[in-house]
Amino acid sequence: MERGDILLRIRDLKIEGRVEDSWLPILKGINLELRRGEVLGLIGESGAGKSTLGLAAMGFVRDGCRFSGGTVEFEGQELTTAHRSVRRSLRSSDIAYVAQSAAASFNPAHKLVDQYAEFPVLRGRMTQAEARADAAKMYARLQLPDPNGIGFRYPHQVSGGQLQRAMTAMAMSCRPKLIIFDEPTTALDVTTQIEVLAAIREVVAEFGTAAIYVTHDLAIVSQMADRVMVLRYGEMVELAETRQMLTTPTEDYTRSLWAVRSFRAPVKAEAAKGAPLISLRDVTASYGKVDVLSDISIDFHAGRTVAVVGESGSGKSTVARVLTGLLPPRRGEVSFDGAALPKVVDQRSKDQLRHVQMIYQMADTALNPKQRLRKIIGRPLAFYLGLSGRALEDRIRDLLAEIELDPDTFIDRFPSELSGGQKQRVGIARALAADPRFIICDEVTSALDQLVAEGILRLLVNLQNERGLGYMFITHDIATVEAIADDVVVMQHGRVVEAGRKEDVLSPPHEPYTELLLSSVPEMDPDWLTRVLDQRQGARASPILPGST
Amino acid sequence: MTTKSETMRLLRSAPPTAVFGLLVIALYVAVAMFAPIIAPYGEAEIVGGRHEVWSDEHAFGTDQLGRDMLSRLIYGARNTIGIAFLTTLLAFLIGTALGLLAATLGRWADQLISRVVDVVIAIPALIFALLLLTIFGTSLTALVLVIAVLDSARVFRVARSVAMGIVTLDFVEAARLRGEGLVWIVKDEILPNAAPPLVAEFGLRFCFVFLSISALSFLGLGIQPPLADWGSMVRENATLITFGDITPLLPATAIALLTVSVNFVVDWMLHKSSGLKE
Amino acid sequence: MTAIVRMITIRLALGLVTLWIVSVVIFISVEFLPGDLAEAVLGQSATEATLQAYRDRLGLERPPLERYLVWLSGAWRGDFGVSLVNGQPISDLIAVRLGNTLFLAAMAAMIAIPLALGLGILAALYRNSWFDKTISVSTLSAISFPEFFVAYILVLLFAINVNLFPALANIGIGTPFGERVYNSVLPALTLTLVITAHMMRMTRAAIINLLARPYIEMARLKGASPSRVILHHALPNAVAPIVNVIALNLGYLITGVVIVEVVFVYPGLGQLLVDSVTRRDVPVVQAACLIFAATFILLNLIADVVAVLSDPRLLHPK
Repeated sequence: MERGDILLRIRDLKIEGRVEDSWLPILKGINLELRRGEVLGLIGESGAGKSTLGLAAMGFVRDGCRFSGGTVEFEGQELTTAHRSVRRSLRSSDIAYVAQSAAASFNPAHKLVDQYAEFPVLRGRMTQAEARADAAKMYARLQLPDPNGIGFRYPHQVSGGQLQRAMTAMAMSCRPKLIIFDEPTTALDVTTQIEVLAAIREVVAEFGTAAIYVTHDLAIVSQMADRVMVLRYGEMVELAETRQMLTTPTEDYTRSLWAVRSFRAPVKAEAAKGAPLISLRDVTASYGKVDVLSDISIDFHAGRTVAVVGESGSGKSTVARVLTGLLPPRRGEVSFDGAALPKVVDQRSKDQLRHVQMIYQMADTALNPKQRLRKIIGRPLAFYLGLSGRALEDRIRDLLAEIELDPDTFIDRFPSELSGGQKQRVGIARALAADPRFIICDEVTSALDQLVAEGILRLLVNLQNERGLGYMFITHDIATVEAIADDVVVMQHGRVVEAGRKEDVLSPPHEPYTELLLSSVPEMDPDWLTRVLDQRQGARASPILPGST
Repeated sequence: MTTKSETMRLLRSAPPTAVFGLLVIALYVAVAMFAPIIAPYGEAEIVGGRHEVWSDEHAFGTDQLGRDMLSRLIYGARNTIGIAFLTTLLAFLIGTALGLLAATLGRWADQLISRVVDVVIAIPALIFALLLLTIFGTSLTALVLVIAVLDSARVFRVARSVAMGIVTLDFVEAARLRGEGLVWIVKDEILPNAAPPLVAEFGLRFCFVFLSISALSFLGLGIQPPLADWGSMVRENATLITFGDITPLLPATAIALLTVSVNFVVDWMLHKSSGLKE
Repeated sequence: MTAIVRMITIRLALGLVTLWIVSVVIFISVEFLPGDLAEAVLGQSATEATLQAYRDRLGLERPPLERYLVWLSGAWRGDFGVSLVNGQPISDLIAVRLGNTLFLAAMAAMIAIPLALGLGILAALYRNSWFDKTISVSTLSAISFPEFFVAYILVLLFAINVNLFPALANIGIGTPFGERVYNSVLPALTLTLVITAHMMRMTRAAIINLLARPYIEMARLKGASPSRVILHHALPNAVAPIVNVIALNLGYLITGVVIVEVVFVYPGLGQLLVDSVTRRDVPVVQAACLIFAATFILLNLIADVVAVLSDPRLLHPK
């Protein structure tokens, strides 16, 4: 295999998707060349068409989509017009695919090794026994624990991070010339993600496989790709070598993507703290017999933002459920303004409820799709403050203006007529309508594209400054913490690992878990992954490395 | 707010089967409403000999007592559809109310209602109906109540599962955290979102109830004479079939045509609400 | 294996509990008779003396719990007491008829299940093709038809217009097997048409639901041919939904049997049930209902257990 000559050539590729009775463009003429052994990163926000392009490189379109122009040539073979059987015969053998959710993409009815062996055997490359032996070797290369035994498990018996590596192994089973990675680490926690990234990068380099790496995460793409293509609305914005793209992007859109991470809320004076607004004292909470929070104590102050950080299963969302009274703690106390709050939501007074409001991660499900904004925002006003008629109408309009939505245009709209960012703003307005003193923000920006997310953060910071609101910010994203937090609480397995002012927690020395968490967050430096792995290699003796997750 | 032009556009986008279904349903409703005007003879009026053949005077001949077949078919629309509609409505009121409550309250209330419903559903509906009608007799009230109660168990299942999907959504949690009461949560948060699938379910249930009542009538245990009813009419005149006379098939066709039409319309509605996925 | 054993034990226990509750419901319903059983049978005009004599004979004066236990233990041994109408032991009435009904149902099921599964899978595979659309419209129509409508049309076509099969199912104890099948063709065909339509639609929906899973797309992206996608990747996961579809449709089979037996004067349990309801022969109705309900519950129970056994998550716990 000659490294360097063209493997895949896409010319003026157009793909359309069916919406009701008409066809709308998804890709509007993409040109792209990929050399043997090269890794190309495809990056863009949701709806940019990056996954569609990744699949198209396999000559595949999803149901309800169609090729409407241009060509996809793989080793000189045109795929869009080729017979189905030709396209099929290329898959696995020459082009393989790694999906976002390995847990959903492995067939639950077959063992991992049988799914690995399926195509090498079908295509006559190996016997079943050879394929199994080969699988064990490949699993070992991808640093899966117990490489000889793990293949004989079923998918549900293996954890998410391991499955993602097993899927990469499966993609390598026929030693293809090209692999499409479609957001392979998006569903994983950061500490797991870094291992998968390392494994993928190593195996791709070792076999000289070309790859198309689809992701929305700039920091990740800069670790994995030789070149990066930026997509927006189905069109190419920019294509360049990774380092060049990071240092000197030419397009405004690319620059705006790069710039997002620079937002910082103004630092507040520690002295202004005073007595806590809400505090949790020695709280232990459980679902059934399993403790999900153990002896948690956290203070929240008016006018300050506490970021509660942790990975899935850390118990950070449970803290919110205890605060709101949805999950009464088994032990410990929640107090507001120095007085104990009833543990169960039903027993709290209207005023107690009013002062603690919540904003949700998924604005789609947080707003009733059958209510107009007038009702969504108006209900808390009527319910808590007894407003009606003219006064109610005026207040709704004020709130809409405050979240930067034009009242005349938006007051009678349904949520389905809003964009993702606008919906999240309405969620904020609903919380503000209660005129609260404390707001819980549960991953409020993680479902949003970065530019939109930044707008939401700015709005929240402004509101905090105007009204002296206390925030609890639940997040798994360190960048968000850096942008908005005053204080940070790091959680793991239902316990507080470390807590304090942001400057203290985010700068060394760290607790071991905080160290692991922080160092696993990808940075927009192409050498980051190599550096972190080297450091960890050096510190092998230390116990902070997670076993196999 | 659906304006007239929107309705027209919706209708134009409907597949031919759904248009056919809507037209047939409209026709049936009209016949049922204006039965006394349209029917040439009275409902139970004996106007000729037994089993007369089709003629100018009696378009579909006469039945086993000498009543005009066409008139009885027309009155049958009113009785059969009316009773089935009433029964379905009742089943829906009971089933939906319990289903939404069970989903919203959860815990023991949900457990209690669900377990009772499990037992009702464990017995095939027609068999259970036969048992209950033996006990309570075959009066019209008994018939409507028995079928409504048995069917409400099935409505409950659907309503509960629809509502369960909604109850877990964040906007319901937001309403709970606001301190809203049960009535607001069910009426303002859950019901508007549960309505579209429930409307489709109403159509399906209507067909089911309609067929159940017709089956019981056919077995001689449903709507009792002298009320004209399609199921009983099939039974009463069934012997004619053995002579190759298709008259008894007319009421059966009337039943089949209506259920097919309702099913066509429901199928289209389900298809639309599923976002044209399949 | 403990999880799966526990799961199946729970299902079996639940099934038995349901069966027991159903027996209670069927027994108790008689307590709601206006007046009592004696009045219901002998009518309002009966003298108090005759009523009392009747009550004594049936043991109606004994407490309900005792009567229930006697009834249940009798039913367990196949002894349901005697018919109120003709005084014959109910078990004698039922035994032969139950055999006939099972024969008819089995005949229909044996044609309907493979046919419906095959057509359902084909319709799912070629969904939105003309084949699928034709099948969809015709099955939608078929499930909308009352059973007696289908039955009479078949009679008209195959017994009157063309004298192929008998319009009345004349079956006795000594009827030879071949003749038995021949005489049962039209009732079995009616049942087959009705449940095939139901079963096919559900099979299609279950398979389409399965085909939308990411692992099916993955199979296609690995280059599997359509037949391999179905046979190797979809079907091993389809056991539970398909078994469920079959169990659900046995409900239609039971309902259908009652109507079809009446139309064709087929000497089965359904016919007996309807006759007894008309005559208000309560013990016979109870016995027939119990048998129908028990059959339905047991079949659902089997389906449930098979579905559990086919789930790799339970077969191979972590």
